[in-house]
Amino acid sequence: MTTRIDTRFAELKKQGRAAFVTYVMAGDPDITTSLEIVKALPKAGAEIIELGIPFTDPMADGPSIQAAGLRALKGGMTLKKTLELVRAFRKDDNATPLVLMGYYNPIYIYGVDKFLADAKSAGVDGLIVVDLPPEEDDELCIPALKAGLNFIRLATPTTDDKRLPAVLTNTSGFVYYVSIAGITGAAAADANVVGEAVARIKRHTGLPICVGFGIRTPEAARAIAEKADGSVVGTALVDALKNSLDAEGRATAKTVNAVAELTAALAQGVKAAKQAAE
Amino acid sequence: MNIAKPNSYRSGPDERGHFGIFGGRFVAETLMPLILDLEKAYTAAKADPAFQAEMNGYLKNYVGRPSPLYFAERLTEHLGGAKIYLKREELNHTGSHKVNNVLGQIMLARRMGKKRIIAETGAGQHGVATATLCARFGLECVVYMGAVDVERQQPNVIRMEMLGATVMPVQSGTRTLKDAMNEALRDWVTNVHNTFYCIGTVAGPHPYPTLVRDFQSIIGNETKAQMQEVEGRLPDSLVACIGGGSNAMGLFHPFLDDPSVEIFGVEAAGHGLTQLHAASIAGGRPGVLHGNRTYLLMDADGQIQDAHSISAGLDYPGIGPEHSWLHEVGRVNYLSATDDEALAAFQLLSKLEGIIPALEPAHAIAKVMELAPKRPKDHLMVVNLSGRGDKDVPQVGDILRGKSK
Ligand SMILES: Cc1ncc(COP(=O)(O)O)c(C=O)c1O
Repeated sequence: MTTRIDTRFAELKKQGRAAFVTYVMAGDPDITTSLEIVKALPKAGAEIIELGIPFTDPMADGPSIQAAGLRALKGGMTLKKTLELVRAFRKDDNATPLVLMGYYNPIYIYGVDKFLADAKSAGVDGLIVVDLPPEEDDELCIPALKAGLNFIRLATPTTDDKRLPAVLTNTSGFVYYVSIAGITGAAAADANVVGEAVARIKRHTGLPICVGFGIRTPEAARAIAEKADGSVVGTALVDALKNSLDAEGRATAKTVNAVAELTAALAQGVKAAKQAAE
Repeated sequence: MNIAKPNSYRSGPDERGHFGIFGGRFVAETLMPLILDLEKAYTAAKADPAFQAEMNGYLKNYVGRPSPLYFAERLTEHLGGAKIYLKREELNHTGSHKVNNVLGQIMLARRMGKKRIIAETGAGQHGVATATLCARFGLECVVYMGAVDVERQQPNVIRMEMLGATVMPVQSGTRTLKDAMNEALRDWVTNVHNTFYCIGTVAGPHPYPTLVRDFQSIIGNETKAQMQEVEGRLPDSLVACIGGGSNAMGLFHPFLDDPSVEIFGVEAAGHGLTQLHAASIAGGRPGVLHGNRTYLLMDADGQIQDAHSISAGLDYPGIGPEHSWLHEVGRVNYLSATDDEALAAFQLLSKLEGIIPALEPAHAIAKVMELAPKRPKDHLMVVNLSGRGDKDVPQVGDILRGKSK
């Protein structure tokens, strides 16, 4: 099976470039604005979109993303509506890979089989589920692969060479390397240290490796894009969105642009990267 | 529900940490290597007589075990039915059963070479126990506590600080125990290399539910021996309150394969089961949170709902996975008691026995008030008095004075 993710990485490889991956929270701060933001991302230079599924208790996320999830929930977001948002996005964009990222409970409650069928038909390409390690692959990972969705696993600084094969076995699409042992929105990792980790993972897999957590600026995105197959930015975009809201936390005329402008600047950074020779 | 009865109710979990469909290891990849290390360390420690001997020494001389099994004569007379015995966990050093588990985990942390301990706490009892043993062994201690709980459990916050711990008020979410657990998990993800997460109840990713249960099983094992000594037989029923379920599991587990023993767990029904409450089994369904699959309070979309109880220690939207399984296989009966029932039981026990219980076990006493009168006079009922009420004196005092006005 070839997914939109595979196709996109093949294109980028031909151009000799790394991917720019953006993360935003579905439904933040409201469902209408959120769809506009997601539509604006590819136009501003995002090559892969990660869309957060809001959850009340995001244990691996920092305050920015947790607050974004709570704003979305307050605005009436649900998993069903998240899939509707993807479907609406797919009406005008059939090329940009879209990955849902979140926690297992909303999916478990929705029903795994129904979720996979609905996600596939809505136009979702892959899943990142933070609290499903390889030890729990039977829950969602293996059914997702059977349903034709990529299951993208996180590798972290604590994932040593002995454990890496377990992490990589059922991973597809790309590997998401979490550059720090920590939560989203924490301090950035040193690009050279990340480079060594990426080289280490590359000895175990031919999959593209995207790096995230702690990347906030075009310069940092560029430095990582020189070491990896993709730079992922989330918290900085979520913060830009938040800073555009009014005192009651509602979207303003500036909101969509605030996210799009930062996306464009970060995309420039990634495009300016010189790819490491493989 | 049609679930096959196992040969033994005590053999779980399986090697992947499952009790039926419950339990498991639902955590971020960063933590997985640590959890696997912990499991290895625990397996080795369990088999090491030196570890057991060291623990037993501290249990006796530092914690003050065995805790007495006390015949509550006046309560028995008042209720006019079953003979009621109190397992006096409130007499332990630090005032609750929490210290049994913390001692075990701190011993493990020492074996693993960890110098920094983190914990989450609701009522503050687990935090106090952790701060105490960290002081005793010279370890750094950080306790996460919901900002709401910091307010209502001031005496315990002060105790933790006196013991040298740093109390971190948690402002996120509902600012109670579940959020404290989220923050502790975030700290752990960030500081994995030097930090041991000391979980306060029989929940979390495997192997926590098992190791906490094992450390707490001393309660049931002692009860068995003590009852044998005073009455020459097994008790007929057991009653314990349930937050996450550690004091209950500690009392219940050694008796699970004794079919003559009726077992009752008491959840917090707060304002009532149709309103705000913390009864995960009575009002929840299976879901995944904090590293395990278990009964949870949640909405139709799988979002976790706020729990409410007058007792900060029971105010949690989940329950340990082994309890969820014991509920589904029908071995344990899960009941619930409201805030008002717990308050009434709190006063009754104080006045009749001269023992001020914590608000948590007051929920268990509330159900004893219902169950005991319906049992014959030769029925032996054991209630786990999991903690003493010192921490609740200001809160209950305010409520009672407010009411009498
Ligand atoms: C005295 C006491 N009993 C019971 C509990 C509830 O916890 P568990 O259900 O794990 O025993 C607490 C928790 O703080 C407590 O302090």
